[in-house]
Amino acid sequence: MATQTPEIEILNQSTPTEPRHPWLEVLHGWVTTVDHKKIGLMYIGYALLFLVIAGVEALLMRVQLAIPNNTFVSPQVFNRLFTMHGTTMVFFVGMPILFGFGNYLIPLMIGARDMAFPRLNAFSFWISAFGGLLLYFSFLGGDGLYGAGNAPDVGWFAYAPLTSRVFSPGHSTDYWTLAVLLSGVGSVGTALNIIATAICMRCPGMKMSRLPLLVWLYIVTSGLALIIVSPLTAAQIMLMLDRYAGAHFFDTQAGGSAVLWMHFFWIFGHPEVYVLVLPAFAFANEIIPVFSRKAIFGYPAMVAASVGIGFISLSVWAHHMFTVGLGAGANTFFTLATMVIAVPTGIKIFNWLATLWGGRIHFTVAMMFAVGFLFQFLIAGLTGIMLSVSPLDWQLSGSYFVVAHFHYVLVGAILFMIFSAFYYWYPKMSGRMLSEKIGKWHFWLFLIGFHLTFDFMHVPGILGMPRRVYTYEADRGWMIWNVIVSSGAIFQTIGTLLFVYNMIRAYFKGPIAGADPWDAWTLEWATSSPPPDYNFETIPTIRSRRPLWDLKHPEDPDSNYEF
Amino acid sequence: MSEAVFISDVPVEPWVLPSRGVVGMACLICAEAAIFIIFVVAYIYYIGKSISGPTPHDVLELPVLTTICLLSSSFTVHLAVVNLERSKRALCSLWLAGTVLLGAIFLAGTAMEWNDLIYRHGLTIRTNLFGTTFYSLVGLHASHVVIGLLMLSLALIFSLNGSMTHMHAAKLNVLSLYWHFVDAVWVVVFLVVYVLGR
Repeated sequence: MATQTPEIEILNQSTPTEPRHPWLEVLHGWVTTVDHKKIGLMYIGYALLFLVIAGVEALLMRVQLAIPNNTFVSPQVFNRLFTMHGTTMVFFVGMPILFGFGNYLIPLMIGARDMAFPRLNAFSFWISAFGGLLLYFSFLGGDGLYGAGNAPDVGWFAYAPLTSRVFSPGHSTDYWTLAVLLSGVGSVGTALNIIATAICMRCPGMKMSRLPLLVWLYIVTSGLALIIVSPLTAAQIMLMLDRYAGAHFFDTQAGGSAVLWMHFFWIFGHPEVYVLVLPAFAFANEIIPVFSRKAIFGYPAMVAASVGIGFISLSVWAHHMFTVGLGAGANTFFTLATMVIAVPTGIKIFNWLATLWGGRIHFTVAMMFAVGFLFQFLIAGLTGIMLSVSPLDWQLSGSYFVVAHFHYVLVGAILFMIFSAFYYWYPKMSGRMLSEKIGKWHFWLFLIGFHLTFDFMHVPGILGMPRRVYTYEADRGWMIWNVIVSSGAIFQTIGTLLFVYNMIRAYFKGPIAGADPWDAWTLEWATSSPPPDYNFETIPTIRSRRPLWDLKHPEDPDSNYEF
Repeated sequence: MSEAVFISDVPVEPWVLPSRGVVGMACLICAEAAIFIIFVVAYIYYIGKSISGPTPHDVLELPVLTTICLLSSSFTVHLAVVNLERSKRALCSLWLAGTVLLGAIFLAGTAMEWNDLIYRHGLTIRTNLFGTTFYSLVGLHASHVVIGLLMLSLALIFSLNGSMTHMHAAKLNVLSLYWHFVDAVWVVVFLVVYVLGR
């Protein structure tokens, strides 16, 4: 598949061969850049760094929980570990890596030279990056509750009144609040930028009905981010006013309400899952058709289902709060709303299956991860429907079953699709191919590790093991399950290390990719790998959803079949 | 060469895209609206829940004059945009100055109201839930007025020194959208705080 069609070669006459610069000049170039590709890569690199850090935190927790009555870390440190792990993974891994791919790909896919607001783009990146640094600076700067170490320890959803000054003295909670607030400012800036880019920077002929599905899904995810990140920002402002100015928003002593924080947090917190998963869907929408050698099945249904998910996800937040005692009416509403979201999600799964059906499937590593995603996302959705039933949720809420469920979504679906996206777009970003052989090792090790960890994590949850406990008694019957769960982490770690090695190795020694190694159909493959600063010498004009298909098959262009 | 590949023989219809300034501002307004909604919800939720005084009924007075000033500044900023589009720069400067003045009167009114509340009635953000929600909601709005006034003042300076011409009318229009939003938020804040909450 790595052959190039001569038509593509014509577009690539200007492959840049830049002279070497001194490192200070290179650094200056990266720090001051407003180029969407460089900012996208910085987003991705920064997210990978935090992925490693938060992954190590997860490993430490799994070591602690592997056997009963373990004293590997203290209870205080364990609290900090799960707080930092959750906060880092959501705000400083998930969001930046998805925004990074969006930043890199969207202008290329719509035939534009940059984002709509390049300087805002740089600002958003740096303010988010600063937020992440601030969160980890808390290890040094926060005078925490326990004197010695002092990272935030209030959990990633930081329920009131634990976050009040009385119960969380010192500054560790303030670092958490400020870090999340800054990340939110950056997210809103980038979301705004992505929408403005996708709507206002399209090349001639790129009607909204011809937009690559990836771009469509990024519009939905960004629109969702605009609406839901702001409530979190508002709640953080309130929390800061409580902690610094003596306000009483979440102060039950003065008549304030702790449940209000829960509402505000989950109004952000649940749609946030969709903000993270929609870009994963977006990658699947591009990768599955290319490796099935078929156009995506049901393009309009895919768009409609994505918009539907966006809307419905705004009305499901209180399924995180069934155990609060909302009353029968609210419980019923949120149970039903949560179940309804399975409908558009099901439409997507069937469309992907229909795309695979009858296609000539190429099992590249990217495709293997995408198929893994399909299967695991289905299971994650099914346990989600189980948890949406409020009586069952009363039983399982706060147990490891919930932890297993959402890690199935975040790792089994989102992380798998992110890996897939790396194998698919790394050649475009670096100009070199990743090794398929190492990639297959990475895939199988990670798949085995994932299933060992997260399939078996459901069981102690059903057996009653609560989440956030730093250890447990030997007589509970949870040990064997925890040993299996922890052993899976080893496979995942080795797989991830192979992945990192693969990327570093390919950067220096990988085979040259050429502009279009996968024989794909969207515009990013029409320019050289890596693309020049200006992306396209001539702004392309397109006539169908698959412009490169038209180019490679002038005798039978897609535009004959589209309206 | 690439043009020969890409451009079709079918006549291409004129390719018009929406203004990225307007789309960007619309997105920002959505995000800001979400922030205000949360503060308004908190305000409504805590009406009458304070466990000590003073209550809104005791201390709040209807800010009629400043409200009229702020709302009419929407008209003046609109007139400034219209005049800039027609290259009437002197009139544009005049209306911009009027907008800044009206906004400043509104801010001064808020300052006097807060001064009165703090020093005469002893209501601060720490006093009770009413103080907490009142100062944060009205303060959030006032901070948006301050940002708007700073940007409008910059526009006024550019207009006076002649560096803003009719070519910049679209940009001034984007700024005016923000200002209209700030005014619209005040309508909600006014209704919630001074009518519903009192």
